Amino acid sequence: MLARIENYLPKIVLAPTTVVMVVCMYGFIAWTAVLSFTKSRMLPQWDFVGWDQYERLFNNPRWLVAIDNLGIFTLLFIAISLVLGLVLAIFLDRNIRAEGAIRTIYLYPMAVSFIVTGTAWKWILNPGLGIEKLVHDFGFTDFEFRWLVESDMAIYTIVIAAVWQSSGFVMAMFLAGLRGVDDNIVKAAEIDGASPARIYWHIILPIMRPVFFSSIIVLTHIAIKSFDLVQALTGGGPGYSSDLPANFMYTFAFNRAQMGLGAASAMIMLFSVLAIIVPFLYSELREKK
Amino acid sequence: MSHTFANGFNAGRAFIYATLVFFALLYISPLYIILTTSFKDIEEIRSGNLLALPDEPTLYAWIKAWGSACTGSDCNGLAPFFWNSIRIVIPAVLISTIIGALNGYVLAQWRFRGSDMLFGALLFGCFIPFQVILLPMSILLGKMGLANTISGLVMVHVIYGIAFTTLFFRNYYVAIPSDLTKAAKLDGAGFFSIFTNVFLPMSTPIFVVTIIWQFTQIWNDFLFGVVYSGSGTQPITVALNNLVNTSVGGKEYNVDMAAAVIAALPTLLVYVVAGKYFVKGLTAGAVKG
Repeated sequence: MLARIENYLPKIVLAPTTVVMVVCMYGFIAWTAVLSFTKSRMLPQWDFVGWDQYERLFNNPRWLVAIDNLGIFTLLFIAISLVLGLVLAIFLDRNIRAEGAIRTIYLYPMAVSFIVTGTAWKWILNPGLGIEKLVHDFGFTDFEFRWLVESDMAIYTIVIAAVWQSSGFVMAMFLAGLRGVDDNIVKAAEIDGASPARIYWHIILPIMRPVFFSSIIVLTHIAIKSFDLVQALTGGGPGYSSDLPANFMYTFAFNRAQMGLGAASAMIMLFSVLAIIVPFLYSELREKK
Repeated sequence: MSHTFANGFNAGRAFIYATLVFFALLYISPLYIILTTSFKDIEEIRSGNLLALPDEPTLYAWIKAWGSACTGSDCNGLAPFFWNSIRIVIPAVLISTIIGALNGYVLAQWRFRGSDMLFGALLFGCFIPFQVILLPMSILLGKMGLANTISGLVMVHVIYGIAFTTLFFRNYYVAIPSDLTKAAKLDGAGFFSIFTNVFLPMSTPIFVVTIIWQFTQIWNDFLFGVVYSGSGTQPITVALNNLVNTSVGGKEYNVDMAAAVIAALPTLLVYVVAGKYFVKGLTAGAVKG
């Protein structure tokens, strides 16, 4: 009897996780999917209205702004973080004195929450007292820097803060990648007379393809989930000019009692993530076999 | 190995150092500005230079941020919310880590038919945007009577943390040859005694990585906090955001900054003390999610 239980122990241990996973992940996703086809507002209700919520969503100017912003934000955030992270990693990899200290400085923003980051940058970018005043104090009194309160520029303040927070992490990934590059390949190329720039461009960077790949995945993932930073830095404003989809979902589902619409926006977010993650997971799993 | 090149590029070394130092200053400056601002009085903030050290350092902002600043309608400072976060973080980290360790142990050492598929299905949980589970979870919490409670938040953090903790432990234990488990089994050791006698003693590093990762994630969480907490149970990130956006009387930027440091202090401290493990978790966890 005891031996029999012993045999089932591994499955028994995994059982609670399995149940929770099936209910709270897959079940909940299905529930949200179903909800997005109903006209639920304050409370869930099961009057099915087909694709109406999705139609409303894509006719909602606020959602369209959020999608546009996500495009701008994702593109710039990823591009700048990658370039910055790569350059800093390459430079740091060249036998730098005090490498540890510099690395620590690049990476510490990653330890604080996006709310703290947002609060800090809200102060630094403060139109009256922040950077603008600093430059005025240096004598350039015509200088203007009020992106935080300009509808068409506010989204770029999110980019700045997000790059500050996450580029150190990209640096760490690239640095780890660079340390893994076989020194003999580099030496051989040197003997052939290749310049360091050529060695990096033609030999080392191609080897680091997987690092680029996973960095892009992680950064895209951060971008699509971005919510706290917007909430803390701009509150989505001015107006709703710096909203991202996650903020849209929160506002409509929880503050405006538009459950159906919120659920539809959440489903769109899920599918955007899937479109990026599934090919990645697929190739990862295939490589390992 | 860092890479050094024998030929050329020496003129470039000054440039490399200059770039690295320039960016180090750029990354550290927000922290410097937050800290100096938090020790200034409001008069000096309005008249003085953003980068200047405080003329007459004062603890006023810190005392107010901790004990009497307004976070919405309450004016008890961040202190109560700091304790809320601690009451959320400690059980959530411990429970999710222990569950993750056991799950990882089974998935790596006691595989059965379907266990790899289960792992794949769980891994997916690292990637979903939580917006798709927000609505059903809030209804479940309501039905369980856990809406707006600390226990409810602990439960949510445990549920959605398990995917990561399991991933960490599974990847750690999978590197340990299964012959070890087989030999122990032949000696008559059971499922749990193999875990406690063989695996636990060699698990310190992965426990540290996982605990740090979970601690940082949960302490810095804003999304679950803002959606599932009530006025008395909010975690510190939510309180900080409310504090910054509450404008009773004049805006006190020094209090905002002191509050931001208070909210960031625990995770920054962890980063300073155990940076090595922090980075490990970041790269291990991040590559996958």
